[in-house]
Amino acid sequence: MRRAIAAFITTLALAAAATASAQEPRRGGTLVMGQSTGTTSFNNAVGSGTGIMVPGAQIFASPVMHDDKWNPKPYLAESWELSPDSLSMTLHLRKDAVFHDGKPVTSEDVAFSILTIRDNHPFNTMLAPVERVDTPDAATAIIRLKHPHPALLYAMGPPLMPILPKHIYGDGRPIKTHPNNTRDVVGSGPFKLVEFKPGDQIVLERFDRFFIKDRPYLDRIILKTYPDSQTSILELEAGRLLLQPFFNRVLELDRAKTNPQLVITNEGYAAVGGINWLLFNNKRKPFDDVRVRQAFAYAIDRDFIVKALHKGLSKVATGPIHSGFPQYSADVTRYSLNLKKAEELLDAAGLKKGPDGIRLKVTCDYYPGDEDGQKRLAEYMKPALKKIGIEVEVRAPADFAAWAKRMATKDFDISMDAAFAWGDPVIGVNRTYLSTNIRPLVFTNNAQYENPKVDELLGAAGREPDAAKRKALYGEFQKIVTADLPLFWLTELPYHTIYNKRVHNPPTTIWGTASPMLDVWLSEK
Amino acid sequence: MALILFMARRLFYAAILVIGVLILSFLLIRLAPGDPVDTLAGQMGGMTEEIRAGLRSEYGLDQPTLVQLGIYLERFATGNLGYSYFFNLPVLSLILQRLPATLLLVLTALVLAVVSGTILGVLASRRPNGLLSQAITVVSVIGYSAPVFWTGMLLIILFASVLPILPVSGMTAAAVSGGWLLDSLDVAHHLVLPALSLAVVYLAQYSRLTRASMLDVLGSDYVRTARAKGLEERKVFFKHAFRNAMLPIITIVGLQFGNLLAGAIVVETVFNWPGLGRLAFDSVLRRDYPTLLGLLFFSSLLVIVANQLVDVCYRLADPRIKAS
Repeated sequence: MRRAIAAFITTLALAAAATASAQEPRRGGTLVMGQSTGTTSFNNAVGSGTGIMVPGAQIFASPVMHDDKWNPKPYLAESWELSPDSLSMTLHLRKDAVFHDGKPVTSEDVAFSILTIRDNHPFNTMLAPVERVDTPDAATAIIRLKHPHPALLYAMGPPLMPILPKHIYGDGRPIKTHPNNTRDVVGSGPFKLVEFKPGDQIVLERFDRFFIKDRPYLDRIILKTYPDSQTSILELEAGRLLLQPFFNRVLELDRAKTNPQLVITNEGYAAVGGINWLLFNNKRKPFDDVRVRQAFAYAIDRDFIVKALHKGLSKVATGPIHSGFPQYSADVTRYSLNLKKAEELLDAAGLKKGPDGIRLKVTCDYYPGDEDGQKRLAEYMKPALKKIGIEVEVRAPADFAAWAKRMATKDFDISMDAAFAWGDPVIGVNRTYLSTNIRPLVFTNNAQYENPKVDELLGAAGREPDAAKRKALYGEFQKIVTADLPLFWLTELPYHTIYNKRVHNPPTTIWGTASPMLDVWLSEK
Repeated sequence: MALILFMARRLFYAAILVIGVLILSFLLIRLAPGDPVDTLAGQMGGMTEEIRAGLRSEYGLDQPTLVQLGIYLERFATGNLGYSYFFNLPVLSLILQRLPATLLLVLTALVLAVVSGTILGVLASRRPNGLLSQAITVVSVIGYSAPVFWTGMLLIILFASVLPILPVSGMTAAAVSGGWLLDSLDVAHHLVLPALSLAVVYLAQYSRLTRASMLDVLGSDYVRTARAKGLEERKVFFKHAFRNAMLPIITIVGLQFGNLLAGAIVVETVFNWPGLGRLAFDSVLRRDYPTLLGLLFFSSLLVIVANQLVDVCYRLADPRIKAS
């Protein structure tokens, strides 16, 4: 009997120990991650897009990281301070950080990287105010600014400011086509590149001399390219794929919800700040008339889009700034379904119904690749706008290049469109509304919206160091734009991460998987 | 000697053909709307005009089309296939990295289709009105009519949810190498479904062709003579009839190698097989001209090589051709 009790107690103790250890992070293991767009380069100093930023953030370290509340955290920089005039940012670097080739990370590398990014990155507003970077000693870098630039703190994060080794990338060869962007890539991040098969898979291995002790937990990350969302779901269900970020297919997400081994979360996309909208060609009649644009807004039922078309996985976008951003304001002109008002506005604008009940015929474009965020919404415009006498012809583009050309040449009436904000309005929001950014290119001010007051507000907000004042300026901007309605915001993009329950501490900071996966670990089951 | 002369002449024509293919494809690709730099801008989530102009001039896209063609052919003559706009890697290394996967898929499918197609056809021809023959005909017609992507998707449904024993995506499991034996087994495991769906259409075709061809030959005078001589039936069937019935099949295999490569584009896309077909598909969408031209060059080369091999096989199977 006594023996039985002893055995029982032992079993209990063992069970307790087992549960305890299940919660303890465990070293080792291979995280298999999916990606939908293939990686073309690892150098996120000169390129953007998730295919570059996700692996780039593992290979290169940046001056700071951010948590899930938009707070900056030390990374390569142990501490930093902004001068009282907000014109210089001093970074105090860790002294123990080394690149994958063993050479130390110094302020020279930081200065080289910042200037390289300023001059080459597609987001040119991100570091435009940087005048120069001083390096008084190997562990100190001082960023000198032409004017205050509060977006800098977010531009110094993992997806946007990789610190490149100057001794490799500073050899005078053109940086955009540098051979080390795809082969023998050297960074100072937690993982190093060991294999790259373009369009197929990327193998990253733990860097043993990484400067943060006992991190990362994982031995290896394998990034597999699955161009088809159906395949990623099948692989997730089979347990071969463990984590799929940037997933936005509603049906598959809904299906993943019911799988007991899978978890879905929309955390980790705050700084990405993706919104889609209906673009009006403001320079083409009748969209030059604000009443017509507003009539469209009153005829589109965004609640239906969110609840029925997106199965509740997205959220209505009320204005130009994503609701996860600190600068978001809810105090804006709101549009909810009101067909009577829509018809009145169209009547007032002189668009009377013809004998066939049609007031206006328009074409609607969208870009291919995002089924739920683009195509289905463009298709929804047809029945929705029919109710107010507008006949919509959806012009399906053959591929992205075909759509991009229509946008660049402004050959459209209305079109679906979307953009990411990337951490700060200055980086990803301004471009859609500044009159100076009406250019023959995709993802610029393709509505061709011109409002001097908006230009002025965005300029001032970009330089305002005081967070509260800055927020107020953006608040006014949001109020004006929602009244002018150069475009009509539909939803915040339903980006989700799907992961297996074996994955612990999935990346849920504001940058999600586009920041280093230091704390992610895998359990057996 | 005659063979060498014959081959040399064929090679000369082949070279002219390849250059024709290149020029035609170069001009055709440019008829598609949009350009690679805009697609790059889209993938990067934006770009400035300066960067765009810089990239366009770097890629030579600001030159007139004919000048671009001239530059391309000039480089091509020195063996330089250029750089991919997207991967910033030499097109040649990109293609060589993908070539083995496609060859493995296409050749497996081809062997599978030819061998089992002929066997089924021969079986069917033995009793042309028998039950087996009827069954083979029905299955062939279905296999022949079903589009490759549809067969592929059905196989995926079957082997992903109903009977999950075969992988439905990729060429290898996402894991580190476990030695060459395990790795080869892993690849073979992944190869089953793509090769099967690619083979089905051709298998159906070959079995029908073999059946028809065998029936034709079996009705000919020399078979009757052979039987009249008192040769045993097996010998008549395989030695006299089958060898002659093979000729049209060899011809069709050669002609269809190009189709097989085209089918590979679909199968590779459906099964996420990392070969040339998927690269071609992606390159069209991205307007990655150098990669696409490189791929077209390689495919035309493969088709030409296949046709040469068929000619050689033809000569081996039918000595009369050598004489003429």
